[in-house]
Amino acid sequence: METFEEFVKRILTILFWLIIVLPIIIFPILFLVVGLLGIDVIIVNEILTAAIDPLKAIKLAERYGLGFSSTFFKIAVFPGFTFAALIATFTILYERKLLAKVQLRVGPLYAGRFEGILQPIADLFKLLGKELVVPEKADKMFFWAAPILSIGLAASLLSVIPLSPTIYIARSEFSLLIPFAILGFSPLVVLIAAWASSNKFAFIGGLRALHQLAAYEIPMLLSILGIVILTGSFDLMKIVEAQKDIWFIFPQFLAAIIFYITILSELERIPFDLPEAETEIVSGWLTEYTGMHFGLLQLGVYMKFYALALLFTLLFLGGWNGPAFLPPIVWLLGKLFFVITIIIFPRAVLPRLRMDQLIRIGWAWLIALSFINIFIAVIESSLGII
Amino acid sequence: MQNAGMNIEDKGGDKLVLHVGPQHPGSGHFRLIITVDGDYIVGAKPDPGYVHRGAEKMAEYRDYIQNIPHLERPVIIDATGVTLPYVLAAEKIIDVEAPERAQYIRMIMAELNRVISHLYWLGIYGIFLGHSTMFMWPMGDRELFIDLAESIGGTRVTFSYVVPGGVRNDMPTHFKERALKTFDYFEKRIEEYKKIFFNNPIMTARTESIGIMSQADAIKLGITGSNLRAAGIDSDTRKDEPYCLYDRVDFEIPTRKEGDSYARCIVRLEELQQSMNIIKQVLDLIEPGPIKQVIGGVMRGEPGEAFVRTEAARGTMFYHIVSNGEKYPYRVKISVPSFRNLIGMTHLLVGSKLADMPAIYWSLDYWPVEADR
Repeated sequence: METFEEFVKRILTILFWLIIVLPIIIFPILFLVVGLLGIDVIIVNEILTAAIDPLKAIKLAERYGLGFSSTFFKIAVFPGFTFAALIATFTILYERKLLAKVQLRVGPLYAGRFEGILQPIADLFKLLGKELVVPEKADKMFFWAAPILSIGLAASLLSVIPLSPTIYIARSEFSLLIPFAILGFSPLVVLIAAWASSNKFAFIGGLRALHQLAAYEIPMLLSILGIVILTGSFDLMKIVEAQKDIWFIFPQFLAAIIFYITILSELERIPFDLPEAETEIVSGWLTEYTGMHFGLLQLGVYMKFYALALLFTLLFLGGWNGPAFLPPIVWLLGKLFFVITIIIFPRAVLPRLRMDQLIRIGWAWLIALSFINIFIAVIESSLGII
Repeated sequence: MQNAGMNIEDKGGDKLVLHVGPQHPGSGHFRLIITVDGDYIVGAKPDPGYVHRGAEKMAEYRDYIQNIPHLERPVIIDATGVTLPYVLAAEKIIDVEAPERAQYIRMIMAELNRVISHLYWLGIYGIFLGHSTMFMWPMGDRELFIDLAESIGGTRVTFSYVVPGGVRNDMPTHFKERALKTFDYFEKRIEEYKKIFFNNPIMTARTESIGIMSQADAIKLGITGSNLRAAGIDSDTRKDEPYCLYDRVDFEIPTRKEGDSYARCIVRLEELQQSMNIIKQVLDLIEPGPIKQVIGGVMRGEPGEAFVRTEAARGTMFYHIVSNGEKYPYRVKISVPSFRNLIGMTHLLVGSKLADMPAIYWSLDYWPVEADR
C-alpha cells in the first residue's frame, strides 16, 4: 500500500521529470515557433521566467493590474475564493479532529507529520484521482451544472461580507441583504442536483432539502430584522461599528439562537441533515455524485459554512471589534473559530430529527419566536439601549 | 433493469417504490422493497436470502464437533448464544453431561456474548438515528468485553468454545478481577450513554410511540426475546425453562409496557446490566473442578431426537436434532428469532413514515445472516 508520503514523492518525481524535459525539448520548440512567427520575444520570456521566479511573477502580475491591491487578487485570492476555500478545507479537518476527540478516537493522523494536518490535501488528491461517473439516465447538462453552481453560489456569498474595515472585496449599502438574496438560490442548486441525478433517493433528498430550506429561510431573515431595527442600516460595516460597546448577542440573544439554529438547517448539519440522511436515503441529493463533482459540492457546502459563520460573527459577536493590541482580522478569525466550533458540535451529541418535527420547529416555533424578537428589538430601540 | 431511476410508471403508479438494500447504508444483507406514498410507507416487502448458506444442510455432513464452528457463523457477534443450544441438544443425543464448572463458564460466555451483541446493536442503532458518537462509544467499549471473552475463548469473536461434554479450556486465573474492573467501568459508561443518547430529547422524540407492537400482535407474530419483553410480556427462557445453571442465579427480566422503539432500546440497555449482574454472581458461585467430560473416540449419538431452547441475544434460539445413530446428525433444524423479527418488522413498517424506517428496523435487532442461516 502506498502511504501519503510515497504518493507525494511520486508526484514530485513527475514534476522533477517535467522540469527536466521542459528546458530540453519544449522551450527550444517554443522559442523556435515564437521566433519564426515574429511574436515579441521579451513578453514570452518574461512569462516563462515568471513561472519559475515568484518575485518576477508578482512584478508581472502588478504590471498587468493583477497585484495585491487589485480587484482580481481580492476576488481570487484574499479575502476571496482561495482564502475561503482554505478555511473550508481546514474546517473539514477541524470537524473530523473535534468529532474524533469527542468519540474517543484519534481522527486523521498520518497525512502530515502533525496530527494529520495535510489530510485535506490528501483528500483533494484522492478526489481528483477518482473517476467522474455520470449516470446513464442523468440529465447531463444539469448534472454537471450543479457542482459548479454550488461553488459559485457559495463564493458569491462572500462578495460583500467584509473581514475588517480595510479588508473586503466590495462595499455595498445593502451588504446584509445581498448574502441572503444569494442564499435564496441554494435550494435551486439542490433541486437541480437531485433532479438531474435521476435517482429515487436523490429525488427524495432534494424534496426534503427544498422543504427544509424553505421552512428555515424565513426565520433566518426575520431573526436579523431586529439588528436592522437597532442599527437602522443594512450595511455590515455599520452594524459591526455599532457593536463597539456591546455585542448584539446580549440584547438580541433570542435572535442569535434562532440564527444559529437556522444556520444548522441551512448547512444541512445534524440534527437537520435530513436531505443527506444516510441510513434512510443513502446520501440524499449527493447520492450519484462522485470524484471531484462531489468534492466541489462539498467545498461549496463548507464555503457556505464559512460565509454563514462569518455572518454570525459580524452580526452577533462584534465582528472585528476587540482590544487594539491585536489587528482586527485576528479578532475576527478568533471569533470565527469559536463560531465554527459551536456549529460543528451538535454533530457529536445529537441524533437526526424527522421531517415533520423539523417542519414544525421551523414554521411554528422559529417564526413565532422571531416575531417576538422583533418586538424585543423595537422595545430596546425605543428605550435607547443601543 | 429497464426502468431504472426516475421512471415510476411500472413501479406502483403514483407511488414510489424504493429498494432498500442489499446495497444501502441502512440495510443489512437483505432487501426491503418499500412503497412510499408521500412520506408514508404503504407497503413493505422483505426479500431475505442473500446470505443463505444452508447451515442446516451443512450440519448433516459434519459430525457433532465439526458442526460447532460453522453453526456459529450465522451470528458471529453472538457466537456462544447460537452454539450453546446446539451443544446442549447434542449432549442429549450423545448422552453426556458437562461438569458444574463448565456449566458456569458457559453461562459466563453466554452473558458476555449477550453484552457484546447488545453493544454492537446499540452502536448501529446510534448511527441509524444519525448519532455518530453513539456509534463510536459502544463499539469502543465492546472491545473491553471482547478482550474478556478472548481471555477465556482464545479468539475475539468466533470462539467455538462450548463443546459437547464441557468447554474447550479453563478460565484464566485472574479473570474475576479483570471482569469486575471492566464492569465497574462500564456501569459508569452506561450513565454516560443515558445522558448523551437515551435521555436525549431528540432521540426520545424519534423513537417514542414509533413502531408500536402490541402484546397481542407480538404473541400472534411469534416475536421472542427483547422485543417481546418490550411489549410487556416477561418471557425469558433463562427463567421459564432454566438451562445450564441459570436457576441458581438471581436476576430480573426487564420489561416495558409501551412496545415502541424506545421501549426496545431501554429493555436492551437494562439487559446489559442484568447480564453483568449474572456474571458477577456466577463468578462468586464458581468453584474449581473439571471443565470437560472426556468422550473417547468419535461422538456418536443414540437414535432419537433432542429439542433445546435457550435465550440468545436476539431471542429464543431453538434447535431440533434428529439422530439415527450415525456419527453425523440426521437432521438439524434451527429456529431463529431474527426470522420472526422480520415478519414483525414488515408488520410495523406499514403505516409509518419513511424516516422512521431505520428507527423501527434496527430497534428489532434483525440480523439478516441469522434469519437466512
